[in-house]
Amino acid sequence: MITFENVSFSYPGGEPVLKGVSFHISPGERVGLIGANGAGKSTLLKAALGLVDVEGAVIIDGSALSRKTLPLARKTLGYVLQDSDNQMFMPTVLDDMVFGPMNYGMSRDEAEALADNILSDLGIARLKHRQNHKISGGEKRMAAIATVLMSSPKALLMDEPSSSLDPRNRRALINTVNSLSVAKLIASHDLDMILDTCDRVLLISSGQIAADGAAWDVLTDQRLLEESGLELPLGIQGSRK
Amino acid sequence: MSRFDPTGEAGLSLRMVEELAAADSLLHRLSPLPKLLLTVLYIALTLSFPKYALSALSVMALFPAFGYQLAGISPAVCFRRMRFILPLVCAVGIFNPFFDRDPLFFLGNFPVSGGIVSMLTLLLKGVFALTAAFLLIATTPLEDLCRALRRLHCPRILVSLLLLTFRYITVLLEEASLMTQAYSLRAPGQRGVHISAWGSFLGQLLLRSMDRAESLFDSMLMRGFTGEFPGDSGSGTPPAAWAAALICAVMMALARMYDIPAMLGGIILGG
Repeated sequence: MITFENVSFSYPGGEPVLKGVSFHISPGERVGLIGANGAGKSTLLKAALGLVDVEGAVIIDGSALSRKTLPLARKTLGYVLQDSDNQMFMPTVLDDMVFGPMNYGMSRDEAEALADNILSDLGIARLKHRQNHKISGGEKRMAAIATVLMSSPKALLMDEPSSSLDPRNRRALINTVNSLSVAKLIASHDLDMILDTCDRVLLISSGQIAADGAAWDVLTDQRLLEESGLELPLGIQGSRK
Repeated sequence: MSRFDPTGEAGLSLRMVEELAAADSLLHRLSPLPKLLLTVLYIALTLSFPKYALSALSVMALFPAFGYQLAGISPAVCFRRMRFILPLVCAVGIFNPFFDRDPLFFLGNFPVSGGIVSMLTLLLKGVFALTAAFLLIATTPLEDLCRALRRLHCPRILVSLLLLTFRYITVLLEEASLMTQAYSLRAPGQRGVHISAWGSFLGQLLLRSMDRAESLFDSMLMRGFTGEFPGDSGSGTPPAAWAAALICAVMMALARMYDIPAMLGGIILGG
């Protein structure tokens, strides 16, 4: 589904952010992407989406990312941004949801019917006609996921999905993420959430993959996490006391 | 919002107009294209009145007045939003009474000069045009207006630019509001941003708003945006909407062609 082959990237005039990153994510796989601040998590997600020009090969659903394949790759991947305010740019939740499908040629009526189904599946049908700037942070995050699901992506890329959510909304988000059968690549500092939602973890440190393994194995390796500027998930810390 | 936060207020005003446009009324439900064409026609006809046609022009007030009633929007909302522009409109003809002093008619014993009449005519034209334009944007979401413009074969690039500019202004105002709040919290007692901080304030505002605009644009690209906002090819304008628009257009044209108040006055006074 998503393959990185020796991918490197530097911002103009800056240090390398990604250095020879390689990994493969299979369809339906649930992968967490963890690392300290500035490790390159968000850049890696942007590289998968073709939002930054990288060296090396990024292969999405069997096609190497290029100018020609970019539209299809972007339809294949759903991207949930760290800040939902940056994701929701239309006046209402419904307007935002139909934006993507209508860009891909769907009629407004068909797109609205699809939006009804997705809102109902996510349990947020009440938000359909709400103004984006009037809904809470948690509701906005769920609505942002709903807008992304409208394009029926084969994989979901999420950047810090649980940031600024209260415990109840965080739990609702985890349940929603777990209910989705598509492949997921979730970049987060919330290691407990990664443990709850992912089977596999990529640990990125200084632009390189420092570990790639089963979520439990990586997230319980105190020495590895500390070497990468992280700590054990709070749940694990509690159980070890 | 802090006590002094004009950017936050402006942002709220934009949001408020969006909220008004999202309401539901007979006028809101009217298709955007006839509404747009009617508004353009109304403004063109209003501006075309001769400079002394004050009584004939006064009838044109009925159309926005009726429109505001239909839309369930108080005209006070419009005047409050336009309180900064209206003085400029009033100022347009302010020198007319000094240049055109010949009496046009007498109000009792008081001579009313052509300059005063032309000044009032200009004032009314400006107010009517602004209220009609506000009524249009307060009853039609900008996206729908842009779709109507596209149906009129307005260049794609212009329409997209209009929409993106509107979105960018919102982003810019939100960022400016956040920065003003942060500033005022650390500069209690100061009114506004001190001139010594303007350079860094504006620089930061530009960088921050560009960052946010870039993220928004990424989000649009990810959802298939190719430079044009998606149109709704499935639903055209129903014939009833065109019929209603045609009736309004004919009434506007009649109001432009005939001095209805003068005719009514003549009938009532038997002149």
